[in-house]
Amino acid sequence: MVHGEIWTIKELFTYPNEYIYWSVQIVMYPFMTGLVAGAFVLSSLYHVFGIKELKDIARFALVFSFALLFAAPMPIVLHLQHPFRGINVMMTSHFTSAIAAFGIVFFAYGAIVASELWFLYRKHFVDKALALREKQDKTFGEQLWYLLYCTLTLGSYDVSEEALHRDEKAIKILAGIGIPVACFLHGYAGFIFGSVKANALWMTPLMPVIFIMSAIVSGIALCMLTYIVVMEIRKILIRRSRKRWEVTLEEVKGVELHVVQMTSRYLILFLVLAITLELLDLIFRGYTAVKSWDVLRSVLFERDFYDIFIMQYGIGNLVPLILFLIPGLTIRRTVLGVLLVLFGVFMMRWNVVIGGQAFSLSFAGYMHYSLPIIPHDWETFKEGLFGAVGIFIMPFVLFYFIAKVFPVFAEAKQEGH
Amino acid sequence: MLNRRNFLKYSLAGAAGLAVPAGIKASTGSAPAEPKKGDTRWVFLVDSTKCVGCGLCVKACKNENEIQYDLNVSRTWVERYVVTKDGKVHADSPKAARDGFTTQEIDQGHHGKDIVKPGDITKAFFVPKLCNHCENPACVQVCPVGATYQTKDGVVLVDRTWCIGCGYCIMACPYGVRFFHPVYHTAEKCTFCVHRLHAGLKPACVEVCPFGARKIGNRLDPNDPVTRTILDDKVQVLKEEFGTKPQVYYLGLSMEVK
Amino acid sequence: MKNHVLRPLIVAIGIVLLILAFRAVYVPKDFGSYERGYTYSWHRKGDQDFWNKFTIKYRGKEYCKDCHPDKYDKINKTPHKIIICENCHGPAVDHPSEQHPKLVIDKSREQCYRCHVKLPYPDTVRGKIKGFLDPEKHNPGIECVTCHNPHDPKLGGA
Repeated sequence: MVHGEIWTIKELFTYPNEYIYWSVQIVMYPFMTGLVAGAFVLSSLYHVFGIKELKDIARFALVFSFALLFAAPMPIVLHLQHPFRGINVMMTSHFTSAIAAFGIVFFAYGAIVASELWFLYRKHFVDKALALREKQDKTFGEQLWYLLYCTLTLGSYDVSEEALHRDEKAIKILAGIGIPVACFLHGYAGFIFGSVKANALWMTPLMPVIFIMSAIVSGIALCMLTYIVVMEIRKILIRRSRKRWEVTLEEVKGVELHVVQMTSRYLILFLVLAITLELLDLIFRGYTAVKSWDVLRSVLFERDFYDIFIMQYGIGNLVPLILFLIPGLTIRRTVLGVLLVLFGVFMMRWNVVIGGQAFSLSFAGYMHYSLPIIPHDWETFKEGLFGAVGIFIMPFVLFYFIAKVFPVFAEAKQEGH
Repeated sequence: MLNRRNFLKYSLAGAAGLAVPAGIKASTGSAPAEPKKGDTRWVFLVDSTKCVGCGLCVKACKNENEIQYDLNVSRTWVERYVVTKDGKVHADSPKAARDGFTTQEIDQGHHGKDIVKPGDITKAFFVPKLCNHCENPACVQVCPVGATYQTKDGVVLVDRTWCIGCGYCIMACPYGVRFFHPVYHTAEKCTFCVHRLHAGLKPACVEVCPFGARKIGNRLDPNDPVTRTILDDKVQVLKEEFGTKPQVYYLGLSMEVK
Repeated sequence: MKNHVLRPLIVAIGIVLLILAFRAVYVPKDFGSYERGYTYSWHRKGDQDFWNKFTIKYRGKEYCKDCHPDKYDKINKTPHKIIICENCHGPAVDHPSEQHPKLVIDKSREQCYRCHVKLPYPDTVRGKIKGFLDPEKHNPGIECVTCHNPHDPKLGGA
């Protein structure tokens, strides 16, 4: 069997070499980079625009964005037929291709996030390094931590008011530069699809903008979800032993709800923008009804109607919008809302990537994608359900470890290592 | 105040600003060299009125270019179109027509087979297809690493040692001629048998076609019979609206061809 | 350094320099833009040699003439003269040689079906070729060449 043949069902008249080549990992890639961009924009809303209520979640979002950044290229690595040649994209970049932007954009974005994190945590590294330096008889683990913290200070131990003030200014600048870079990080993913004139569904100048809007939506949603989960864990820990914590349970609850309500306002804004643009694209296509419209109409309104209008627009967009708009937002309703939003954003990526391959270039045939569930070889594993779920779990696992170096809550310092 | 931080800030912003027009210039590319007398630009001519759908071209291509016969991909293929009195168009290309068309039943994939009564047929014809080696190849434009490229005489090739297998070129081709090589796992497509052209021979499919439906010529040679046909007779290309400027010309192409 | 703010930038520049150094070693020297410009011919020039030197398999009809003049002349007097030898005899490559002492002939029914299954398509070359609407009704299981000599095909068999 040739690549793509096993999960493609061809109907009516399709060209012989046509298969679904861009499978679930290509759905995961814009989904993950969207989460990266969205988390960063959320963090920047505090650092750049000084929206004080977002201070708590801003630090958290930045660290999570860093964890996501390492997980984001993984779908590509799993998709490439020659993953070890992936560096060729940086070595002999052909910039006429949108994909070639990957190397520059990821590196620039990674540098910005890493730098911003450095400025944010520099004092923490210095404190930790100095504390460990004092300690005699370090255990082996403590020696490694000492080495790590010393390296992370980059040799600068000045934690005077002036130095910290400079740190804050640097954070503000980086967060400011980072917003357009984060937008570019996901806009280029949208451009990858929008510029393919051969694909009747993908070809639209709106694609980069739609992708950015829904990316921000997904990033905010994921940060809200993870924030709530972490806050719930804190509450459980506080309940167990009140003495160790500086805050009371009531304070935590109050802060949590306030932050969530504030953030959900931005979620609604970007959600409405994303829906508007997508519907605009759809209406335009139907109105202008060019050559491809017949086959597109049958894909959008007949074959994929359930995936698009029930799953994505209905369950993934309309229902959470209503949930967030009903006054008196509670944590429980928020959790349901963000889960549905994340599902909606995933379905949008699915409907674009898979939907764009659901019809043949002949406009007279169809291809159905059956996602490999039970893998029976490496290919059906990496480009199937297990591969996709593995990618989704990866940032959470990474976040757990990264948060040990970049703690996300001030109180966590008391825990020690 | 122009301290070090501000200087760096402004120069970074300035550089970023300059990168935009520079990027646009780079992506639109410098103009390729003008062709000189004695140069070659390969063009292909398909006479759809002569093709009988025997599929010997597909078999020869697979042998010549080492694409496994029993795998469902091919560098070239033949499509059959059967138009019935009700105006419906039935089209197929069973296994890329590697065994020819040996049944009246139209292969519709998962949908089954279309049975068409001979009395209902108003017209039917065969259309061989292959890589068009376009003048503005969209597939080359989207390759992120420079693995696929066009030679001076217009042949579009793929570097098997450099292709990362992303599949962007396959998605970008409006004609669906590209696929992943089942052994090398790199992008693959018709090369106009450039190795045969290099030795003064014709592509395998041209050589073996019993009915003379396939021809190749040099567009820059005004005396080449293929060039004369393209310039003097009524010819067509596929999907002209994409602006790729395909260099495979067709005689007798009917409007039903997809 | 008094101003520590630039340290991350220095680290970033350091990483970029490392990447550039690696690139100087990794990328083949003949990689560049050629005659069709950066957009259409950004590639490793040496690859063109690979394709130019690809093994030629089909030799064409004239290649067989000198050693097999009898078969060549015979088929040229029949309607099958339009079919080159290698269509049924397989690509000659470097025949006669150690790798290809004899060629494997495709004598299957399916080979003949390519043209000789009747497809009732009006005003087409295919429609005019003599053939069977249902070939399985005519001596199924037996190779066509048993009765019909491809070099001198006569209706009604040998």
